[in-house]
Amino acid sequence: MNEFVITTKGLTKRYGDFCAVDKLDLNIPRGTICGFLGQNGAGKSTTIKMLLGMVKPSSGTGEILGLDIGDENQSVEIRKRVAYVAEDKRLYDYMTVGQIIKFTRPFFAEWNYSMEERLLDEFRLPTSRKIKSLSKGMRTQLALIVGLCRNAEIIILDEPSEGLDPVNNEKLLKVLVGLAADGKTIFFSSHHVFEVEQIAEHIIMLHNGKLLDNRPLDQLKANYKLIKLLFDDVPNLNPLELKGVKSYVQVDRSVTLFTDNNEEQIIDRLKINNPSSIEVINLNLRDIFLESLKAIENYAA
Amino acid sequence: MFTKPNHQSGIPIYVQIKEQIIHVIEKGVIKPGEQLPSVRTMAEQLVINPNTVMKIYRELEVEGIIEVKHGSGAFVKTKHSGKSKAALVKQGTVVVQKTVQNLLNKGLSVDEIRRIVQAELQNQGEILINL
Repeated sequence: MNEFVITTKGLTKRYGDFCAVDKLDLNIPRGTICGFLGQNGAGKSTTIKMLLGMVKPSSGTGEILGLDIGDENQSVEIRKRVAYVAEDKRLYDYMTVGQIIKFTRPFFAEWNYSMEERLLDEFRLPTSRKIKSLSKGMRTQLALIVGLCRNAEIIILDEPSEGLDPVNNEKLLKVLVGLAADGKTIFFSSHHVFEVEQIAEHIIMLHNGKLLDNRPLDQLKANYKLIKLLFDDVPNLNPLELKGVKSYVQVDRSVTLFTDNNEEQIIDRLKINNPSSIEVINLNLRDIFLESLKAIENYAA
Repeated sequence: MFTKPNHQSGIPIYVQIKEQIIHVIEKGVIKPGEQLPSVRTMAEQLVINPNTVMKIYRELEVEGIIEVKHGSGAFVKTKHSGKSKAALVKQGTVVVQKTVQNLLNKGLSVDEIRRIVQAELQNQGEILINL
């Protein structure tokens, strides 16, 4: 049940002085939908490319399905067993939609014909249209069809919803939860936090190549809170000394803390200062992400 | 029958969906012996993670509301009115915990809350006696 299908240890990629991915430790359990969040340039795509043997790690190791990502032969096996839809959705432009699907099928023994039919129908892709003349959204849809019909046990998607309108985006998310119900593991990067929040159960956040957070969505939401305190007089506090306080903002008599776990003890401790009001605010994933980034930017020493 | 959860509400998704299911069962929309949608159907319809649906079904099973038959699906239990006392107490505890926390957050003190609860219990007690 708790078997990890993707793991990395100290995975690092340096380009000269620039560290794109910095000592990344990941563990992704089988059968989960895992959302990979980070700003542009956080290192998401580089990480994915290292997992798939397309970029050579500078140091560190990684395994997919127990296969070593750094070993040429095992990496070939990884690519057989992992479906990947790249960020740039590169496809043969001179083919039609129908041709590329027909061309791709025989490479994969497990090709899922009913999925192909369903996706073509849902996305309403014209099979006779040349790929060259597809819109950006349609290209994305076609790349997804070619990737998802492979029936691979692990599916890695780099920005899969790019260019999709809300209707087609919802269709994609439905397909993904259906695949997860079949026991597939889905690892997808996105900067659309809302879609990640909608379907992912495990969240990995990356910032400047470093792991910012890595835990189940339920836990993130249960752990991270804003605690807002009001005082009659301007209090003299040093909240960062309290365990669990990630950042705080004080404006005169009002203090807002961003906390990770330990909220009860924090509140107990602050009661010594006689606040006139204490409010604990739940956060959605977007705010957790933004507050975490803010906290690390403020206090990164 | 079921509506998509509100991801921004602060109430966990599984709680929202679980309450919808309990409501539908209590209202007899899905009757004892009848089957709940499969995990897959539920996940696709509500566009939520299938493991969330599984977690809900597992909890409903523990609470004695449904029965999960492996391979064939989840069914509403015939005697769902006979929900165990333990489950009721557990549910009640959660409700009270939330309410108390909420009132504390709003600035009421423990003593103030205790007085409100005591007064209300007394009130209910008198109503019961007068019946």
